[in-house]
Amino acid sequence: MTTQVFKLPESLKKDAKYTFCPGCDHGVAVRLVAEVIDELGIREDAIVAAAIGCSVTIYDFINIDALESPHGRAMAVATGIKRAKPDKFVFTYQGDGDFASIGWAESMHAALRGEKISSICINNTTFGMTGGQLGPTTMMGQVTTTSPTGRNEEYYGYPIKMAEHMALCDGVAFSARVSLDSVANIRKAKQAIKKAFEVQLQGLGLGFVEILAGCPTNWRMSPEQAHDRVKNEMMQTFKLGIYKDITAQQ
Amino acid sequence: MSHIVIEESRCKACYLCIKECPKKLIRVSEKTNALGNNVAEFYDPNNECLGCAMCATRCPDLAITEVYRG
Amino acid sequence: MTVECLTGKKVLIKGNYAIAQAAVLAGCDCYFGYPITPQSEIGEYLSGKMQELGRGYVSAESEIASINMVIGACATGARAMTSSSSCAVSLMQEGLSYACTDELPVVLVSVMRGGPGLGNIYPSQGDYYQSVKGGGNGDYRTIVLAPSTVQECADLTYKAFYLAHKYKTPTILLADGLLGQMMEPVEFKPYPYEDIDNSDWALSGAKGREPRIIRSYGPLADDRCEFLEKLFAKYKTIEENETMWEENNTEEADIVLVSFGSTSRNVNTAAKILREKGYKVGTFRPITLFPFPNKRLAELAQKVKMFVTVEVNMGQMVDDVRLAVNGKVPVELVHKGVGAPPDPEYIAAQVEGLI
Repeated sequence: MTTQVFKLPESLKKDAKYTFCPGCDHGVAVRLVAEVIDELGIREDAIVAAAIGCSVTIYDFINIDALESPHGRAMAVATGIKRAKPDKFVFTYQGDGDFASIGWAESMHAALRGEKISSICINNTTFGMTGGQLGPTTMMGQVTTTSPTGRNEEYYGYPIKMAEHMALCDGVAFSARVSLDSVANIRKAKQAIKKAFEVQLQGLGLGFVEILAGCPTNWRMSPEQAHDRVKNEMMQTFKLGIYKDITAQQ
Repeated sequence: MSHIVIEESRCKACYLCIKECPKKLIRVSEKTNALGNNVAEFYDPNNECLGCAMCATRCPDLAITEVYRG
Repeated sequence: MTVECLTGKKVLIKGNYAIAQAAVLAGCDCYFGYPITPQSEIGEYLSGKMQELGRGYVSAESEIASINMVIGACATGARAMTSSSSCAVSLMQEGLSYACTDELPVVLVSVMRGGPGLGNIYPSQGDYYQSVKGGGNGDYRTIVLAPSTVQECADLTYKAFYLAHKYKTPTILLADGLLGQMMEPVEFKPYPYEDIDNSDWALSGAKGREPRIIRSYGPLADDRCEFLEKLFAKYKTIEENETMWEENNTEEADIVLVSFGSTSRNVNTAAKILREKGYKVGTFRPITLFPFPNKRLAELAQKVKMFVTVEVNMGQMVDDVRLAVNGKVPVELVHKGVGAPPDPEYIAAQVEGLI
C-alpha cells in the first residue's frame, strides 16, 4: 500500500514557476504559507498584502486575492483591508528591508494597535532585489555592496531584532523567529506560521513570524553554503525561538 | 514502493535535495531543461527510498511535486 | 444613532464638520487620518461617529500610513477616505500615484494651508498644482472638486465618493482653511447617487473564481504603454462627462474674472462693484479643477477682451486658463500669496488698473 506523503498545496497556482534565484529560501517560505492556508481551510477568505522587493512576486504563485503595497506600507495596507472587511483573513508577506527599514513605523504601529492580521517577514540580512545592499538586519562585519569593508558600529550602527521588538508590543499575540536552514527547522517554521495565522483567526491580535533565510546570489555563496551561514552565523545573532505566545500564557 | 516525482522544468539545479536525501538517491542528470540546468534526477535501482519527503521539504522551487511512501 | 437623523434639517455648521458629516451620509465605511490644522475637526468628528455606527476608524501613525490604509480598504470595494492639509498631503503623493495606477476609489479631502514647507495655518490655494498636476511619480490625474461654500463642501463630498467609485480613480475634495473653519447654514440631503457595483474587481477572497491581483508593477514596456493609453482614455471620458463650472454675466462680458474655491466669493462681489461702475464683467468658477473646463473657456475667449485670474497663491490656475485661452486674448493675474481671499474692493481696483 502506497500513500502520498507530500504534494504541492492547493493554495499555490497549478502552473506556478518561481522566479526566485536558485536556492533562494523565499520559495520554501511561500510554499509553507500556502500549505498552512490549505490546512486551515482559509484560501477563499484570504487576502495578501504583498510588499516591494523579492517578496512581491508571491502574488504570481499563490492562489489567493492579492494587493501590492507601496514599499514598506504592507502593514498599513493590510490594516485597511482588515478594517474594511473584518471577516477576511489578511496577511502580509514582506522582506526585512520592507518591514523593518522603510516600513518600520507601519509595522510597529500595526503591532501596537493589535491589528487582527498576520505578518510573515523574510530576514536574509540584505536588500535582495536591488543587488545586496546593507539593510536593517545586515550583521556586524557583513560585507555588502554598500558596506564594502563590512558593517561596523561606528559607520553603520547595529542590526535590528524584529521578533524581539514585535514581542514587546502589547497588541501582538504571537511572535517567533524561525529558520529555513534545515528540514527540521523548516518543519518548525511551518508550525510558527500556522500559529501566527491562528491567533488572527481567534481574534487575539497580530501574529508575526521572522524567517531566517539564505540569499545565495547576494551572499556570493552556493545554496548549501548559504544555509551553513544561516546556521553558524545568523542564528548566533538572531536567536531562534518563540518570543511571545499569549495562547501559551493562557 | 516509496518514490518521488520530479518536475524537471522547475529544477534550478541548486541540488539541495541531493544533500538532503539520507539514502543518496538523487543525482545530477545529464539531461538539461529549458533553463539550461542539468536537472536533479531520482535514481533508486534497489528500492531504497524511505518516502521521508525531506527532499521535497527542502526543494525551494516546487520541483519535487509528489512523494509516496509504502 | 442612525445616519438618517443627520439629514433634512438646515444647520449652522463648520466646513470641516460638514465634510465629515457628508462622508458619513455618503456611506463612508472607513476613515483613516492623522491630525493637522486646519482640518483636524474632520478626524475628531469621525472618530466618535464611525465607532457609534460600527464603521472603521484608525488614528494612523502618519499620513503615509493613512493613505495606504485607504488603499487597502478601497481594494475591497469599500468607501474609504482620509483628510489632510498641504505639507501632509505631500506625504500622500506616493500613495496617490499607486492608487491611480491601481485604479482605486480613494477619496482625499485636502484642506489647504499656507506653504511651502510648514508654511502657516492661514488659508491658501497654493496646492492647486499639487492636486491638479499630480504630486507623485508617473503619468496620472486625480479628479479634483473645489467647493466655494460650506453647503458645497457637503454636496461635493457626496460627489467625490460617487465619482471615485464610478471611475475607479482617486478623487480630491480641495477645500482650504477658510472653508474648513467657517460656519454656514447647510442642508444635508440624503446621498443622491446610485451605488456602484464593484463585484467584478474588488478583493473579497478567491471564492468560486480566479484570484484577483491589484498591482502597479508592470515589467514589460509594451504592456505599460497599453495600460497608460487605457488610463488616459478614462480621463478623457471623465473630462467629457464630469466637467463642472459656474459662470455669471459672461454673455455680455468684456472681462471675465476666473477664480476657484473660497476666493470666488470675493470675486463675485468685486465683479458686482465693477459692473456698478459700468464695466461689463462676468465671473467664471471651475468647480472641477481636473477635468478643467478648457472648452468653455476657449469658447468665451472668442468673444471677451480679457480674462483676469484671481488666486491665493503666486499664480497657479492662471497657467491652465492661459492654456485654454491659447493666446486669443490677454490672461492677467491678481493674487495674494497666502491668507484669506483678497478684499472685493482690492480685486476691483486691481482689475480696473488692468483695463
